[in-house]
Amino acid sequence: MTVPALELRGIRKHFGPVQALRGADFTLRPGEVHALLGENGAGKTTLVHVAFGLVRPDEGEIRVDGAAVSIPSPRAARRLGIGMVHQHFTSVPALTVAENVALAAGWAVSPAALHRRVLVLTERVGLALDPDASSDSLTVALKQRLEIVKALATDTRILLLDEPTAVLAPGEAEELLRVVRDFTVAGGSAVLITHKLDEALAAANTVTVLRQGAVVGTGPASTFDTSSLASAMIGPGEPMARGPHRVRPSSAGPALIRADSLEVARETGLGIAVRCASLSVQGGEIVGVAAVEGNGQRELLRAVAGRAHVLRGRLDVRGPVAFIPEDRTTEGLIPELTLTENVVLGPSGAMPWLRGGWVDWGAARAFTGRLLRDYGIVATGPDVATRTLSGGNQQKLVIARELARAPRVVVAEDPTRGLDIRATEEVHGRIRAVAASGAAVLLHSSDLDEVLALADRVLVLSRGALLETPAGVSRSAVGEMMVAGGR
Amino acid sequence: MGARASIAALLAGLVLLAAGLQLAGYDAVTALGALWSGAFGSWYAFTSATLVRAIPLVLIGLGITLAFRGGVFNIGGEGQFYAGAMAATWVGLHMGAWPATLAIPATLAAAALAGTAWVVVPVLLKARFGVLEVISTLLLNFVAEALVSLTVQGPLQESRHIYPQSDPIAASARLPVLPGTRLHLGIVLALIGGWGCWLLFNRTLWGFRLRAVGAGPRAAAIGGRIDVQRMTASALLLSGLAAGVAGGVEVGGVSYALYSNLSPGYGFTAIAVALLARLDPLGVVAAGVLFGALEAGAGAMQREAGVPAVAVAVVEAVVIIVVLLADAYGRRALRVTVREAVER
Repeated sequence: MTVPALELRGIRKHFGPVQALRGADFTLRPGEVHALLGENGAGKTTLVHVAFGLVRPDEGEIRVDGAAVSIPSPRAARRLGIGMVHQHFTSVPALTVAENVALAAGWAVSPAALHRRVLVLTERVGLALDPDASSDSLTVALKQRLEIVKALATDTRILLLDEPTAVLAPGEAEELLRVVRDFTVAGGSAVLITHKLDEALAAANTVTVLRQGAVVGTGPASTFDTSSLASAMIGPGEPMARGPHRVRPSSAGPALIRADSLEVARETGLGIAVRCASLSVQGGEIVGVAAVEGNGQRELLRAVAGRAHVLRGRLDVRGPVAFIPEDRTTEGLIPELTLTENVVLGPSGAMPWLRGGWVDWGAARAFTGRLLRDYGIVATGPDVATRTLSGGNQQKLVIARELARAPRVVVAEDPTRGLDIRATEEVHGRIRAVAASGAAVLLHSSDLDEVLALADRVLVLSRGALLETPAGVSRSAVGEMMVAGGR
Repeated sequence: MGARASIAALLAGLVLLAAGLQLAGYDAVTALGALWSGAFGSWYAFTSATLVRAIPLVLIGLGITLAFRGGVFNIGGEGQFYAGAMAATWVGLHMGAWPATLAIPATLAAAALAGTAWVVVPVLLKARFGVLEVISTLLLNFVAEALVSLTVQGPLQESRHIYPQSDPIAASARLPVLPGTRLHLGIVLALIGGWGCWLLFNRTLWGFRLRAVGAGPRAAAIGGRIDVQRMTASALLLSGLAAGVAGGVEVGGVSYALYSNLSPGYGFTAIAVALLARLDPLGVVAAGVLFGALEAGAGAMQREAGVPAVAVAVVEAVVIIVVLLADAYGRRALRVTVREAVER
């Protein structure tokens, strides 16, 4: 038996009163892709942060290539040949691609030499990137490429990836996973944290499932399937609560969203994001927009939600409109404010706490308390700062706030981004319920399967052009349209 | 933690002042004793020295609080104060035939208008070209000071054309004074202002939205559909209004005339007041009185212990630095907790 590339033994870590890891064991063998699965809060990120020197364990042993080591900092981790791709982008927007690589790798060389080195590096890794592009001008997919190139810039033998495909379209995700596999074929080893079970089964040799800070299952990927993984993640006695699959309303309601030859500018202000888009969404209908990142879906949805400026064409939206933005912490909520304040922040209207221009905070607090109960939001009360909530609960708060205003139109961008299975199912249930109650829903998700699962009808946006798909269209046909566009 | 940090900042400032005085060869006990009695030693000292100086500090400090809470940084309180003072003087000089019930509101309204107008340029520059209001409001201070110096040697110079100051304003435009003291009606405005500002932030939708814009402009715009640009512009204009009123109150209640150096840096000290109060309106009233006491005591310290009055500036500077440090430290501690919470 070969010596493991990385071995974590009996790792324990607590944050305040919360036990994040309770004696987790993890073994990464050389040359394997090892998927690490678990619900939000299961301890996946904490575990890889221990290996990368970002979190100091309370207890436990770390071995690299069989030798016991201590990893006090990311610097020490890099010296041991460990690289990491974080859940969030870590590049400096103001710097170029090459400068970001130099920063991560600690290269102090002349610009010309750096340019050459980065070209060689991107070729070796197999991900093309322009070394001189400024990194804030990159698309999300290219930013993710940069993160991987940075992680592999030094002599990396162990690569830790924290949800690297969460923001990528199917084709882009496959490319990334190919690079990871090439890396392991060449002798490296990789840990892949993901929420996508299919992806884990397809890409990984070995799978480990964490639940509440402990390992509840590990073994070759071939011995698992998606349902056994899901039940391992969620635990016994709690079957997955699949929302009732709604039958599409036969007697369609009135059109609540109607757009005619719509033209919307890019968010950056430069150029056109959506051209000549026409659509109509009826009450009771869920329409999904499938698109690869940066093809105008953000602008289309925001125009419908009244958050983006329409350049040309007619747009008729019969509100009130609920909008669930992509980024809950910078666009949906203000983390420093309390839960009650964030509920009041939502679009105004005839809310029970408004008396003219005055706010009755007692009424707002009571309302928020009810929302917390109705939506199962885990919080100590309506007066705590919103930043103390977990990501899933913050997302539920946004959804609760928006849906509590009895909207007739719901626009949702990636409503389950970064949520675990249970929270995702709950959000799906809410969206189906609001449609069933007669609202028109327009939704986009970077996860194509989510669009297909929720939508009664799928539209494809490709380079700003909106295309209809026939009823019962296959996943691969939609994928092809997303990439190829309108002929 | 907020109030504790503020008190610690104040104590640190006083301790440093005492240490500095002792090192420089003064008798620190005598000096601080004089500081105390000059500020709180008698009813007259408290009302006529401390509170009179607190009035402009509170009014400008409330304006600064409004702006800072909305996420915009008005460093131009001094200039807006002078704009208000100029307008109040000009109107006050022409109020001879009017009764006080009309003359006083007219004078103060002119001051409010002028203070607001003084921020219009920074507001427009920010909206059109993205010019930082920190720079534009700061630079307009110098313009206002130069303008005062120009007008008191030109159009507003006293009738004999000897001194660089204006004629005294009409008696009907002067604010009533508490008998036996020099404390004027401005104290009522300062208290009402503090209370009104508190109501605004804590009870009205507009005030809440202003706080939201300051705390998270992107979420305010997208999640709350708030017109952020309009909110920040309103906050800047209101903060200019408050400083303008302070200038009008100073002319109408204390100096009765316009001259250069009418303000001993009220516009800047008020920033320290707002920060010490941690942008809490009622705290601004308290911090304003405290800083008014420092300014009042500084004079007594100079007379009785021979310590230059500017030594008190040490206290003010230390207060600002300690409060900002406590804030930065608090934010760091917060980041760590949040990161740990996210990592779970």
